[in-house]
Amino acid sequence: MGISTESRGSRLASFRLADFPFPTGREEEWRFTPLADLAGLLAGDLAAETVIQVQSQAGASSGPSAGLARTGAGKDRPGRGEAELDDGEPGEVGVRVTTAGRDHPRIGLAPAPGDRVAAAAWAASESATLVTLDATAAGSLTVVRVIGGDGSEPARPSATHLAILAGAGARGTVLLEHTGLARLAQGVEIILEEGADLTVIAVHDWAEGSVHAASHRIRLGRDAHLKHVTVALGGDLVRVTPHIELAREGASLDALGINVTDSGQHHEAQLFIDHAAPNCRSRVAYKGALLGPAAHSVWIGDVLIRSQAEGTDTYELNRNLVLAKGAHADSVPNLEIETGRIQGAGHASATGRFDEEQLFYLQSRGIPEELARSMVVHAFFAELIGQIGCGEVEDALKVAVDAKLDQRRNTHS
Amino acid sequence: MTTLEIRGLHVSVDTPEGEKPILNGVDLEIGSGQTHAIMGPNGSGKSTLAYSLAGHPKYRVTGGSVLLDGEDVLAMSVDARARAGLFLAMQYPVEVPGVTVANFLRTAKTAVAGQAPPLRAWIKEVGTAMDSLRFDREFSERSVNEGFSGGEKKRHEILQMELLKPKIAILDETDSGLDVDALRVVSDGVNRAKATTGTGIMLITHYTRILNYIKPDFVHVFVAGRVAEEGGPDLAERLEAEGYDRFLSAV
Repeated sequence: MGISTESRGSRLASFRLADFPFPTGREEEWRFTPLADLAGLLAGDLAAETVIQVQSQAGASSGPSAGLARTGAGKDRPGRGEAELDDGEPGEVGVRVTTAGRDHPRIGLAPAPGDRVAAAAWAASESATLVTLDATAAGSLTVVRVIGGDGSEPARPSATHLAILAGAGARGTVLLEHTGLARLAQGVEIILEEGADLTVIAVHDWAEGSVHAASHRIRLGRDAHLKHVTVALGGDLVRVTPHIELAREGASLDALGINVTDSGQHHEAQLFIDHAAPNCRSRVAYKGALLGPAAHSVWIGDVLIRSQAEGTDTYELNRNLVLAKGAHADSVPNLEIETGRIQGAGHASATGRFDEEQLFYLQSRGIPEELARSMVVHAFFAELIGQIGCGEVEDALKVAVDAKLDQRRNTHS
Repeated sequence: MTTLEIRGLHVSVDTPEGEKPILNGVDLEIGSGQTHAIMGPNGSGKSTLAYSLAGHPKYRVTGGSVLLDGEDVLAMSVDARARAGLFLAMQYPVEVPGVTVANFLRTAKTAVAGQAPPLRAWIKEVGTAMDSLRFDREFSERSVNEGFSGGEKKRHEILQMELLKPKIAILDETDSGLDVDALRVVSDGVNRAKATTGTGIMLITHYTRILNYIKPDFVHVFVAGRVAEEGGPDLAERLEAEGYDRFLSAV
């Protein structure tokens, strides 16, 4: 296990914690991660006490973006630990939020955990928050908030499991927000049935001191389309491992990612895009900015085109802006192709400082260098945020990203 | 009355083969309201002169001086030069994805003027300037130069010149790639700026075509990194008839 010359598809995946030995840090999936910070989450002895609130509202284009804009109003459904969420009274048409046991027939349908923390989260989560969307959920926005402590006491290692199930023909957006202080191992399973069109946006805006390992395990059905967005702003360590299986013909994925990483933060994204059916399409675009001298980001993009996945069309891109000496961005694209009959497969990775020609152009119009840099870095993310396709989430994200960038400008200059 | 004084300017670029001199002692003086055409064959250093005056980091000044009303331009940062009143309309304007034209123009105007323009009046001024350049107003919400055609990029450069009202504007081959209609529209913009703000113009061009629309007061023939001959508008007519061969064979 964990030898990089092996096929990505043969790496261990299991729901049994015991199948995963304690990692040494030499394994392919762990070699960039500061394991010491994850110690409490690797043990497998996790509490289930993070507060989860679910709010659902209709019409993604109307109403406030709940958490990001801090103006949330509506049907909050707070639940502590295993507390029951209302069953049967969906917040909006076509969206139902319940708490379900791990043995519920709609839980555990996604691919198995791919590392020890993910398996530990599964083992500790006897119940899960289940969000189901059916075909009448046309354009709904559901907000799920995972809220850690307020910092008055240290965070205990804990676990949650969230399942999002978009039924045949369902359309909607699920915004998953993480705030407060937590040490959290999390499973997020996302299932799209035939023709479903779903956007899932996971924003990690944890308080300083937080540690979070999120295992997103995703299966896309025939002609389903998922837009999957991860955003890492806060926390000491945020590791998101999206495993996306394009399981049926015609499935399509857009995976977008943003990290704004300051000194002392570790933001990591390990993607595994598994093309397991013919004529599927995937596009990956992750962008990061490293603001401080001890900032560290990791992006790994594993794309596997299996022998049966003829007609695959895939492209992945990672770009990093390094804005401080000593900051470090690891960027590792991997493309594994088992059939020659594909539409296209490519990747691009670039890590660098500013585009000097852009800076020169702005400065040649009188704009001072510091402001020109700020405009370029804001624009760097604005371009990606503009692809999310949900106006209010885009606006709120721009504000959040700008705030993080400006906070850096004020403290470092 | 503003004067840009260029004296004995020497400029080099770094190449893989080592430092390569491009400008070999340029002398020029440009005053408010004057139009100077800089003409010359490809590779004579015209664009290097333009970018050196704007302060592009690729070019290294190895000798000479540039003074704007007595102030040392070469000691200024790129942005300080623009705030002092210099403007470069680039031959190849840079795309800045994610920064809208509206935001860019307002930020630049604020920087150059030292304060934000009153919003209502500014929006009106921008709209009017866009209309007169036949530059669709919807470009305001597009990213700077991204996906613009060659002609749209040039109009955008002249739009900036009209709005920023520089003391001295350097137009680097603004005519290249323009059809006759676009050339007229862009030339009208330059003439407006000259008439309303008394901008001094350094018009760099390879061809005499644009001089039918923007009348030069002086013509300088640029060869091998220096001014080889100077004269009035009649010099341009001679170049049109004779080409640059006479100067090239003399080098």
